[in-house]
Amino acid sequence: MTALLQPAILFGLTGAALVGIGLFAVVTQPGLLRRIVGCNILGAGIFLVFGAVARRGAGAGFEADPVPQALVITGIVVAFSASALAIALLKRLSEITIGEGADAGGPEGGA
Amino acid sequence: MTPLVHATTPGGFLLVLAVILPVCAVLAILACGPRHAARIAVVALAAGAAVAIAIAAELVTSGAALTYVVGGWRPPLGIALRADGLSGAMLAMTALVVTAVGLFARVQYGLAGDNGGGRAQITFWVMLLALWSALNAVFVGEDLFNLYVALELLTFAAVPLVCLDGRAETVKAALRYLLFALVGSLLYLLGVGLIYGQYGTLDLSALSRLARSDPALLAALALMIIGLLAKAALFPLHLWLPPAHAGAPAAASAVLSALVIKAPVFLILRLVLDVAPPQAAAIVGQLLAVLGAASILFCSVMALRQARLKLMIAYSTVAQIGYLFIVFPLAGGDGTAPWETIAWTGGALQLISHALAKAAMFLAAGVIAEAFGHDRIADLGGFGRVLPLSAAAFGLAGLSLMGIPPSGGFVAKCLLLTAAVIEGYPWLAATILIGGLLAGAYVFRVIDKALAVPVVPIAPRRAVPRRLELAALALAVAAVLIGFVPLRPFGFLQIGRGGLAMAGLP
Repeated sequence: MTALLQPAILFGLTGAALVGIGLFAVVTQPGLLRRIVGCNILGAGIFLVFGAVARRGAGAGFEADPVPQALVITGIVVAFSASALAIALLKRLSEITIGEGADAGGPEGGA
Repeated sequence: MTPLVHATTPGGFLLVLAVILPVCAVLAILACGPRHAARIAVVALAAGAAVAIAIAAELVTSGAALTYVVGGWRPPLGIALRADGLSGAMLAMTALVVTAVGLFARVQYGLAGDNGGGRAQITFWVMLLALWSALNAVFVGEDLFNLYVALELLTFAAVPLVCLDGRAETVKAALRYLLFALVGSLLYLLGVGLIYGQYGTLDLSALSRLARSDPALLAALALMIIGLLAKAALFPLHLWLPPAHAGAPAAASAVLSALVIKAPVFLILRLVLDVAPPQAAAIVGQLLAVLGAASILFCSVMALRQARLKLMIAYSTVAQIGYLFIVFPLAGGDGTAPWETIAWTGGALQLISHALAKAAMFLAAGVIAEAFGHDRIADLGGFGRVLPLSAAAFGLAGLSLMGIPPSGGFVAKCLLLTAAVIEGYPWLAATILIGGLLAGAYVFRVIDKALAVPVVPIAPRRAVPRRLELAALALAVAAVLIGFVPLRPFGFLQIGRGGLAMAGLP
């Protein structure tokens, strides 16, 4: 029980759970917006795993291993741009389909 | 073996140029304004092609891999760029296809009377150059996280190309492509995290020495390979590809189909052959071969059933990608290094000849759509009389896809078939043969239309100048010519891979 409460393990397990939730959302949700949110949850889980890795590798006298932290920052920037691109496409798609009289389900109609 | 520590080699700066030249051109386009976009892009195409040729020449003369250590910081902390023979071949192939596509697009936009002001045209040039930079970064990357960033840049450049014309269905296809690619790269990133946690390094050649058979590495490799498969569109994760590649404008489809999906395939090759421990590599190889064979059979039949030319070519892409995955069980197994086997050479040749042939086909389809305003195969009877060069380009590219001599595809498939028979995989040999027959069937459907003599002669919507057709023809001829230099790639592909070039080949 005490082993479970160590920060690195706790963060790792939480990250794994978030990855599972995100992946489940991306695969099962029909709505495109929900899938994009699922991708973000998946990404958040992965960044937590990186955090746990940084904590575990702190054997060199540092507070924590700085390399995974640098990777996470880059990863967050990339994931943010990806979300922005996806949202922009979704917005454009909904504008077009509403303009055309919103036939065949519209943007929430599945992918 | 690869050197223990990376050190910058004399021609190493060329690798940096290959990555940053297209980015500089993008910045120049943004700085100089839209009117100069096409001119800057053409200059950048020429310069980039020169850099690719210089890298290939440097590889041939030095006979060793090129390395550049960025900022003088050595791995494991720093990042290295490295090009071996395979990377060099990919860089050269990319330069050839991008240049041909660029010239095609220049002529096509000129025809449309769109002399630089159009928004679609500027987006196309910016994205084409960004895509080229990202591809080069993937091919010379040596650091797993750097490769993740390069893959994401590739996706961000490829997605706008899919929805360049802004119709609802192409935006939908682009969004679906983006979601598949995002999940794929996130799974890859998770694998990168696990590997860093286990080994404390992300350098590929360091990993190939350190890797041992432990659960964390196996889980990481499984995640990374599944993620990359989604990006490479191997059956059954291919669903995003046909609408995305068929909906894009022809020039964009050509780079998407010929080059963009090759980047994840290239990474899977490196992961399985360089990093994975032998037993795990054997199991993964078998699984990938099963998926590859399913891809060849299922998507060839799907290609045969398509009514539209571009959708047919897109399904053919998924089928041809399948050939790249049946390499894994055939390469290695008897103790020789995988890259010394004929299956490896066959796979690499297939990678290159498919890129040339598929780009030629999409450009030819683009000329057909430009001339007739549609690409319904059934209504194209007799198009060969109107567009003889495009019909010839399509036919020559088709030769390579079918694997008929003399063509690059023939040498590739012949090597794979020989390897399948020698290594005792009759089902793979049968798949290669059936896949060739099916490819013959779907290419012949189009060639039959080209040569047909319809009762009412087909009339083009508008005249198409010959120079628009030349890019497709040049690429198709290049795909065929690869078949005439069958022995050169053996030596070239092994540069920087250790072992004696040309040794141990039957």
